[in-house]
Amino acid sequence: MELLKPDLGLMFWTLIAFLITLWLLGKFAWKPILKGLEAREKNIKESIQAAENVKKEMADLKSENESLLAKARDERAQMMREAKETRDKIIADAKEQARQETNKIVSDAQSVINQQKMAALTELKNNVGKLVIEVSEKILRRELSSKDAQEKFIRDLAENIELN
Amino acid sequence: MWLKNLKPLLVATFGIILVVFSTNVFAQEQHTNADSAKKPFDPTTVIMHHVQDAHSFHFFTIGDFNAVIPLPVILYSPQKGLSVFLSSRFGHKGENTFDGYKLGESEKITSVDPGVTVFDFSLTRNAVQMFLICGLFIIFMIKIARKYQKGIGVNTAPSGAQNFMEPIIIFLRENLAKENLGLRWERYTPFLLTTFFFILTNSLFGLVPGVANVTGNIAFTLLLGIVALVVMLAGTTSHFWKHLFWPPGVPIAVKFILAPIELAGELFMKPGALVIRLFANMVAGHIVILAFVSLIFIFGELSHVAGLSFSPFSIIFIIFDYFLEILIAFIQAFIFTVLLAIFTGQGFEGSDHDVAPGSHDGML
Repeated sequence: MELLKPDLGLMFWTLIAFLITLWLLGKFAWKPILKGLEAREKNIKESIQAAENVKKEMADLKSENESLLAKARDERAQMMREAKETRDKIIADAKEQARQETNKIVSDAQSVINQQKMAALTELKNNVGKLVIEVSEKILRRELSSKDAQEKFIRDLAENIELN
Repeated sequence: MWLKNLKPLLVATFGIILVVFSTNVFAQEQHTNADSAKKPFDPTTVIMHHVQDAHSFHFFTIGDFNAVIPLPVILYSPQKGLSVFLSSRFGHKGENTFDGYKLGESEKITSVDPGVTVFDFSLTRNAVQMFLICGLFIIFMIKIARKYQKGIGVNTAPSGAQNFMEPIIIFLRENLAKENLGLRWERYTPFLLTTFFFILTNSLFGLVPGVANVTGNIAFTLLLGIVALVVMLAGTTSHFWKHLFWPPGVPIAVKFILAPIELAGELFMKPGALVIRLFANMVAGHIVILAFVSLIFIFGELSHVAGLSFSPFSIIFIIFDYFLEILIAFIQAFIFTVLLAIFTGQGFEGSDHDVAPGSHDGML
């Protein structure tokens, strides 16, 4: 069978063709292609890694933000409470002081009124005593003259007395 | 509805055209092969002529016109030295002698003088076609490689032909090189890729009607087998040879029987299986296609009606076989490369710690 007899010439040319192809492709094709593919794979791997890192950092930042926010909220509540306390204290103090002032003014006024009243009463008493003495003096003088005169006198006196 | 009718119509039209066309060619074929036109159709000669190597690209002959591209004949004889001339010197039927050489049966060049030995280094149609395909493929791949060097496909998405070649390259790198060659994958990947595409491109182009059947030639596959053997042996370690000549775990008497078997298996059967498998698969596909074409003419010799009525069946089978052949071209290129990787991996098994031992079955 001619089909099964290898031809030396064709084997020779096949070897030449194969070696040339191997050399040219190996040097100018496979090397850059494989290098490029590897670079791309490395690039993709690194990109995914970087994305993961960023994601993790974002999560960290978020939790940090949340804790900060909570802290701020607490601080605000604290401040509000303190402010309220201060306000209440100021109001209470003011009220107390006002009450004390009022009391003092009222008591002062009362003592002045009492003093005036006592002075007025004393004067009245003095005036009444004087009048009684005057009346008694006149009555006593009339008694010495006549009975009629006395009576008349009394009557006059009585008339003259103005009960003021 | 008319679309439904269109398909068989197309097949029929195409079939008739093909039959009419190929009738001419084969009639001429007959004419070329036989001295008289009355000589009966001989399918074996026709098929063998198409499958085998030749010293010229012969496309068709109409009347006295021969569509032939003559190819250079390069002969070396220890007695007569080197002689280079075009194959057209032999005449288009090979009837002339030139420089003391004549073109014999199956395109074999012999010396007129029986005392002169001849070594034929002619650039036959297989050789020329192979160089052409390799050249085109090298240009194609270097263009793709330039893109990677420019950063396309590295920093950006791959574009154009990169999308086509990249999955194949990555598949071979991952499943052949890294799987079977362990730590040494980087050294062997260019070789495996070249072997794969060398076989694939030649197989696929060999399917184009009218061109040579390169991968279906035993010389081509034998040389690839020898290259495979050399690469395999170059990577072997002492561990491999120790296992070969002194198989562990068997009685001493058995060792003496086992060693020659192992040696023959490693050195001849493994690469031999590669050589025969690729050759047989590729040549068989071509023979089947040509046999279906020949059937038309065998029937045609009985009567024209029989030949014409059989032609659609032949054409359907030929189309089916063509698709099969495309598939086989890929499969055979892959099988050759994967076995090459496995055999090479077995050669230095045990020397690298990450090579899984004994996990491969060599006989696919």
